Amino acid sequence: MQLDEIVAAVRAAHESHSPLRLRAAGSKDFYGGLLAGEVLDLSGHWGIVAYEPTELYVTAKCGTPLSEIEAELAEEGQMLAFEPPHFAGATLGGAIAAGLSGPRRQQAGAVRDFVLGIKLVDGTGQVLDFGGQVMKNVAGYDVSRFIAGSLGTLGVIAEATLKVLPRPVAETTLEFACDEAEAVRRLNEWGGQPLPVSASFWFEGRLWLRLSGAEAAVAAACRKLGGKVSPGAAAWWQAVREQTHAAYAGPTLWRLALPSTTPPLALDGLRAIEWGGGLRWYVTEAEPAVVRAAATAAGGHAVLYRAPESLRCLEGAFAPLSPALLALHRRLKKAFDPRGILNPGRLYAEF
Amino acid sequence: MNPPEPSFATDRAKLLRRLQLILPAHCLLSAEEDLRPYECDGLTAYRELPLAVCLPETEGQVIDVLRNCHQMGVPVVARGAGTGLSGGAMPHAEGVVLSLARFNKILRVDRAARLAVVQPGVRNLAVSEAAAPFGLYYAPDPSSQIACTLGGNVAENSGGVHCLKYGLTVHNVLRLRVVSIEGEVFEIGGEGPDAPGYDLLALLIGSEGMLGVVTEVTVKLVPKPELAQVVMASFADVAQAGDAVAAIIAAGIILAGLEMMDKAATAAVEPFVKAGYDLKAAAILLCESDGTPEEVAEEIARVTAVLTEAGAGEVRVSRTEAERLRFWAGRKAAFPAVGRITPDYYCMDGTIPRKRLAEMLSAIAEMEHKYGLRCANVFHAGDGNLHPLIMYDAAKPGEWRWAEAFGAEILELSVALGGSITGEHGVGIEKINQMCVQFSTPELDAFRRVKAAFDENGLLNPGKAVPSLHRCAEYGRMHVHQGDLKFPELERF
Repeated sequence: MQLDEIVAAVRAAHESHSPLRLRAAGSKDFYGGLLAGEVLDLSGHWGIVAYEPTELYVTAKCGTPLSEIEAELAEEGQMLAFEPPHFAGATLGGAIAAGLSGPRRQQAGAVRDFVLGIKLVDGTGQVLDFGGQVMKNVAGYDVSRFIAGSLGTLGVIAEATLKVLPRPVAETTLEFACDEAEAVRRLNEWGGQPLPVSASFWFEGRLWLRLSGAEAAVAAACRKLGGKVSPGAAAWWQAVREQTHAAYAGPTLWRLALPSTTPPLALDGLRAIEWGGGLRWYVTEAEPAVVRAAATAAGGHAVLYRAPESLRCLEGAFAPLSPALLALHRRLKKAFDPRGILNPGRLYAEF
Repeated sequence: MNPPEPSFATDRAKLLRRLQLILPAHCLLSAEEDLRPYECDGLTAYRELPLAVCLPETEGQVIDVLRNCHQMGVPVVARGAGTGLSGGAMPHAEGVVLSLARFNKILRVDRAARLAVVQPGVRNLAVSEAAAPFGLYYAPDPSSQIACTLGGNVAENSGGVHCLKYGLTVHNVLRLRVVSIEGEVFEIGGEGPDAPGYDLLALLIGSEGMLGVVTEVTVKLVPKPELAQVVMASFADVAQAGDAVAAIIAAGIILAGLEMMDKAATAAVEPFVKAGYDLKAAAILLCESDGTPEEVAEEIARVTAVLTEAGAGEVRVSRTEAERLRFWAGRKAAFPAVGRITPDYYCMDGTIPRKRLAEMLSAIAEMEHKYGLRCANVFHAGDGNLHPLIMYDAAKPGEWRWAEAFGAEILELSVALGGSITGEHGVGIEKINQMCVQFSTPELDAFRRVKAAFDENGLLNPGKAVPSLHRCAEYGRMHVHQGDLKFPELERF
C-alpha cells in the first residue's frame, strides 16, 4: 500500500463527508469510544524506512508491526524504551495513535517522549511532515508529539520516526511483600533516590521492582534495597506489558492515572499498581461517575479501559473535559480534520 | 484561507487609560526611558519599542490585561527574563509587553512526589536550588540558567547540555496553567503520568508565546546523581571526533553530556578560563558520566576505551569535582569568551544528524572565506545541536548583514543535511524566513490553523515563529525537506 492510496482514500472521504475508521492490526479495537466509519486498512503500508543505530532513530511506515521494528533494533542492542504493548500484532501507527506505554515508562518516558517526527495525512488528504529525525528540533509547533495519543482523530500517521535507546546491560527484578499503602510509600521513597528503577508492579500484597542499567549499578542497588531476587522475570514483565497477567482480567477494567503519592483510594477493586504509584488498575462494577470522581479528587483521571462497547459509548471511555478545553479540542480537531471524518467519536463523543 | 498579515493600529491613549484602570501605577510602564530596557531580548540586533510594558502581580491582572487587549485588538508579547536568542520576546510596535517577572514565587516543592509548582518568572536555577535540600533537581539546564525563567523555558522548549539523557523542557513539565488571549484560564497536563484528551502540553511547550500566557508551571524533579565525572579527549581531526561520538552511542552508552568544541572555540576560551584544553587539537570532546559511583566508574572505563579506539590523542578523566567543573568552565564560558575576542557575535542553533558534522564544519569553513567573517563552533554533539558563533563588528557598515546571511546559509544547510533550523533557541523573529525552507506551504498552513484554534485574531506575539504565506513568497527560497534536495547529485558547498 502506497502513501498515494492513503491520500486518495482520505481525500475521497473528505469530499463525500464519509467517516473513516483508521485501523491496521486492530489490536486496540477495545480501546476508546465508538468504532464508526468505513475501515481504512493501513496494515499494507508497511516497512522500516530508515534505521540509524548511531543516530538513535528508526523511521517506519504506520502498518509495520512493532515486533518487526523491535527485532531489528534488538540486533543492534537497542529498544523502544517506552515498551508499547503489542497485544495481537500492534503496529507503529496504532502504538503512537493510542499513546499506550509499558512498564519502562516509569523510567524512560511515554510514547510521546520518543516521537521525533511524523508524516501525517490530515483530514483533507494533505501530506504534512512535522518534526524530523533529530533529537532537538523546536521549529514550529510540536505537532508530532501532539498527535501521539490522539486516537487517529487528527490524521493518519502514515510514517513516524522514534528515538531509540540502547538496551540496559543488566536487569534484575526484586520482590517484596507489602500492602498497597506500603507499596505506594516505598515506591515514592525509592523514586526520590538515584536508583536504576525501570519498572514496578504491585499485585496481591507483593511488590516487584525491576532494576536496569550498568552491572555495577544494578548490583549496588540490589544490595541497598534487599528483597528477594525474582526468577524468570523477563517473561513475567512481558505479561505485565501485554496485560496477559491475571491482574488485568475482569469484565470492566479501569485505568487510573494519578499523582504517584496518592494514598489508597476509597474504591474497591484495586488490582495492580504500576509506574511508581502513578498508574493503578481497578476491576470494579462501581458506577463510572464514582470511579471518575475518586480519580479526579486525587488529582488524576480515570479511563474506562476494557469494558463492553455499549458501556464505553454510553459513559465515554475518557474523563470528560472542561467546557473550555472541550471547545479548544473541537477547534484543534477542525484544524486538522475540518469535516470530522477521521475516527469520529473514538476519543470523545463530541467530535 | 490565508488572510494577509494582520496589521495593527492601536489607539495608544485609549490603551493606556484602560491599562491604568486595571493595573497599579508601579505595574505599568509607558515612558520611553522605561520601555527602552524591553526593546529587545538576548538577540540585540532586532529591536522595537512597545507602547507599554505591563508587569502584573496577580493572575487576575494577567486576565484583565489579556481581556482588554483582546477587546481592543492589541498585540501582546509575553516576556520572562529576556534572555532568549531568537528575538522571540522582541516587542510589537503597536502592542504591549506582558512581563511575568513578578511571578517569581516557588509555590510548592513536593519532596515525596518529586515535583515543584512555580510561577513562570522563577529562574531555572532557583528551582534546582530549592529542590537541592531534598537531593533533587530540575534537569533542563540551558546555559542561561542563572537568569532565564521557567516561563521562557516553556515558551522555547529549552534544552541544555544534558538533553540526550534527561530530555528537553517538554519531557520535564507535568502541568501548565494557561490564560488564553480571551482571558480564559485552563489547566493542561497534571501531576499524574498523563491527562485526558489531546497532548496540549506538547503544543504549548515551545510555542513561543503564540498560543497562551502561562501563569503556573509544574515541573518534574529528579534525584541528583551521586557522582559526575568528565572525560576530555582531543582529536587531530574533526571528522574523527564526530566518528568517536557515533562510536560511543553505538557502544550503547548514553552520556549525561557529550559536547564538542572546535579549535577556534578552545582558542577563544582557554586564555579566559584556563580549563587546560589541548590547543593543538582540531576538536575536543567533553563526555560526562553521572550516576552511582559504581555506574560512573564502569561508564568512564568504557568511554575511555571507545575514545582511544577512535583515535583520540590525549584522554583525561577529571579526578576531582573542581577539575570536572574546570573542564566544563570552558564550554560554559564559550559565548562570553568569544565575546571577548570580537566586538559582536551571532550565535546560530541548527541541528543536524551527527554523522553530517564534518560536512557541516567544512562548509562553515568555506563560508568564513565567502563572508570574510570568522566562526567558532561549539556543539551539543550528543544530540546534533550545533552553535556556530559568527564573529562580526556591528560598528562596521554592512557587517551585520553579512553575519546574518552567513547564519541563514548555515540554517538552510542544516535543513538540507536532514536537520532543523533550531534545536533549542526557537524561531522568533530571527529564523522566520528559514521556516519557509524547512516547511512546505501546507505545513505552515497547519501551524496557522493551530494558532487560530488558540488565538483567532493573531494577537499573541504576532509576526514570530510562523511566517505568513506572503513572507515566504517574498523570501522566495525553495523548500527542502529532510535532505531531499531537488538535485541531490550537485555539490552544494
